Amino acid sequence: MDVSQMQRQLVDYTASLFREGFLDDQFTQLQQLQDESNPDFVIEVVSLFFEDSERLVNDLGRALNQPIVDFKKVDAHVHQLKGSSSSIGAERVKNSCIAFRNFCEEQNTEGCLRCLQQVKQEYFLVKNKLESLFRLEQQILAAGGSIPLVE
Amino acid sequence: MDRCMSTASSTPIRKVSDGVSDQFPAGLRVLVVDDDPTCLKILEKMLRNCLYEVTTCSQAEVALSMLRESRTGFDIVLSDVHMPDMNGFKLLEQIGLEMDLPVIMMSADDGKDVVMKGVTHGACDYLIKPVRIEAIKNLWQHVVRKRRNELKEFEQSGSVEDGDRLQKASDELDYSSSVNEGSWKSSKKRKDDEDEGEERDDTSALKKPRVVWSVELHQQFVAAVNQLGIDKAVPKKILELMNVPGLTRENVASHLQKYRLYLRRLSGVSQHQGGVNTPFMSPQEASFRSISSFDGLDIQAFAASGQLPPQSLASLQAGLGRTTTSTGVAMPIVDQRNIFSSEISKLRFGSVQQLSNSGKQVSLLPGLPTSMEPKQLPHPHQSVQSFGSIGLQASEGTSTFLNMPTSLRTTLSTQMHGVHGNRSSPSMMQMSQTQSRNQSLNEMVGGHASGIPSTIGQQIFSNECSGQVLDRDRTTINGRSAACNPVSQVSSVVDFSMNHMTELPGNGFPLASATEVSNLTSRGMFQEGRKMGLKGSRGFAPSYDIFNELHQPKTQDWELQNVGLNFEASQHLNSIIQSNTNHAPSIMGGQGFSSSLKNGQNINMLVYGNAVVSAGEANEHGNTENSAQRPNIHLVNTSFRVKSEEIPDLSCEKLLIPDHFGQDDLMSALLKQQQGVGPVESEYNFDGYTMDNISV
Repeated sequence: MDVSQMQRQLVDYTASLFREGFLDDQFTQLQQLQDESNPDFVIEVVSLFFEDSERLVNDLGRALNQPIVDFKKVDAHVHQLKGSSSSIGAERVKNSCIAFRNFCEEQNTEGCLRCLQQVKQEYFLVKNKLESLFRLEQQILAAGGSIPLVE
Repeated sequence: MDRCMSTASSTPIRKVSDGVSDQFPAGLRVLVVDDDPTCLKILEKMLRNCLYEVTTCSQAEVALSMLRESRTGFDIVLSDVHMPDMNGFKLLEQIGLEMDLPVIMMSADDGKDVVMKGVTHGACDYLIKPVRIEAIKNLWQHVVRKRRNELKEFEQSGSVEDGDRLQKASDELDYSSSVNEGSWKSSKKRKDDEDEGEERDDTSALKKPRVVWSVELHQQFVAAVNQLGIDKAVPKKILELMNVPGLTRENVASHLQKYRLYLRRLSGVSQHQGGVNTPFMSPQEASFRSISSFDGLDIQAFAASGQLPPQSLASLQAGLGRTTTSTGVAMPIVDQRNIFSSEISKLRFGSVQQLSNSGKQVSLLPGLPTSMEPKQLPHPHQSVQSFGSIGLQASEGTSTFLNMPTSLRTTLSTQMHGVHGNRSSPSMMQMSQTQSRNQSLNEMVGGHASGIPSTIGQQIFSNECSGQVLDRDRTTINGRSAACNPVSQVSSVVDFSMNHMTELPGNGFPLASATEVSNLTSRGMFQEGRKMGLKGSRGFAPSYDIFNELHQPKTQDWELQNVGLNFEASQHLNSIIQSNTNHAPSIMGGQGFSSSLKNGQNINMLVYGNAVVSAGEANEHGNTENSAQRPNIHLVNTSFRVKSEEIPDLSCEKLLIPDHFGQDDLMSALLKQQQGVGPVESEYNFDGYTMDNISV
């Protein structure tokens, strides 16, 4: 594939992610923040998000599997996950966190566990998508092309 | 934002301080606290892209210790609400108590309760995550807003007992102005009333009665603080050390807070402030030497505005010596300008000193109610000087203080005039309230600073004038009513412009006829007799401008502003004034200056002197309003009378402000004027004079 083809592919792919709700405008903000002085900004931030999210998801799993669930703690974790996912624009993850919090308020363990599953699923989905996106970008750069600016 | 902002790193801005005004808000020092690393990184990048200086922290405790270590090291704090080690609201409270910095809360939680909690705990704003770059870009507004509010508070707190303090001040000051005091007091009372009204105009919100932190008072405060050590200085101890009757712990506490902020601003935010004040300062410096005196003046003005006893002015001068001792003079008036003002005051001070040859008190400081009396004139020099210093100080410290636009102006003028300063500085200061004048003065001062100077000057003037006449005049002077103010202010301003009063003329220095200035130098001032306000206040304004601009490097002339002319004129004036004594040389102050300004001569002082002198003469002539034409003594009639108070004895030497004549003559003149010349006083309204005109 030549560079321009790859670039086109990147653009299309990105557009689809937005269209399908995996990413929202906040992600665009991140892309816009990136500049020459910080060319890997988006990747760095997203990587941080991945690490943090996985930790939170694990903590959530542990907390919900306690004999007596500490919903405050669960809620705190979910809250944080919600915050970081919204910061990078992982829309679907964020939305599932909102639902999650409602169950926490109700102190509904079942509901929470279900939400946790949902959150995990959305998280892995967006992670894959983003990784594909970055891969494509790297390929373009390696081929000497430049990343087409979104928007 | 896009990739272009490469400065992400660092902070480009610290250097902003140089250019402050240009760079702001770049360089704003932000501390971000968030336990979420993703958010933290994003915020950091956003802030950097906005050219802010960012420090990140993931723990509240660490953030607190960072803030404690460097109280002035940050301008604003961004904090997350939900954090593991400490509740964000608790952190918010702590910061508010200890450092009084603006704090912005952030959270993904947008529930009404949480947001309400933010409000009740004192957060300046609450951002919902995800935070967008647009919200980050405008972060600086909170810093500016807070500073402005602080200034206002300061000013207001300063003026708590305006009336009472004034009384006390006048008593204490004892500028040899028994007459003044008497009249001053009464006029002061009246003035206060009027002032309040007039102050309305004053943007610096000196409107409420307040404890006037006169230069002297402020110096005492600073001395006490230094003695205790800034970190250990607690209001109670400071109060004890100061040992000022009538001063309450609350007064000291609020003043202390402001002072701290001021210091912080100076050191840390100088950049920002610089921006704000810079205009004021830079030009001023050169010309402003007088400004330094201005500080004194400011202080005076400050004092004047409230209670700056002439003595304090004098002391201020001494202290100021120019330089404004950046004492955070209480002149909060000038916000940020303080720094600027201080510079100016320095300048002024220089000039003031000249004026004060007589070493009179800085009666120039309009604010200084004290000596403003004509009697004081002899003091005027000193007062002026002190005033100047006060002004300077005021400016420095007070930039915020000084911002007291109106009052400061007078002070400034006073300083400048040195002569003026003596006078009613305190009153002047108040008068300056009339703000219109001050404003002009302020303008003169240099934009921001001008606020101060003018105020100071004005104050000074007003003080001086107001001392007695000023108060009354204030209305007139300021055009509004305090005629005195204008005059005083103008004069001070004029003086300030010392360097070249010419500047003043620009302002439209009341010297309306400015042309005469040369002749007038003494006249100038008075020419406008009516102008008292020096041409409608412009006359003085110029001086004020001078302050600001300091263009007039005549510098020292500044006080004498008219020095060039002034001296001669002043001498004439002085003599005349003295002879005229009655004619409230005060008028001259304003008027003379204007004219002198025109001539570019140091109308500043001269004007003052002229004013004084002219006033004297003018008075004779019955307030020739335009008599300014007459060289020298065209005291701007009546209006100058006010000046007489103000015009601190400019001991003719300097002509700057016929201190000598000063006060006595002026006083009498003023008094007379007040009585008779009612209208004249209005002339004085330095409104025209008020530095505004001094479009320097």
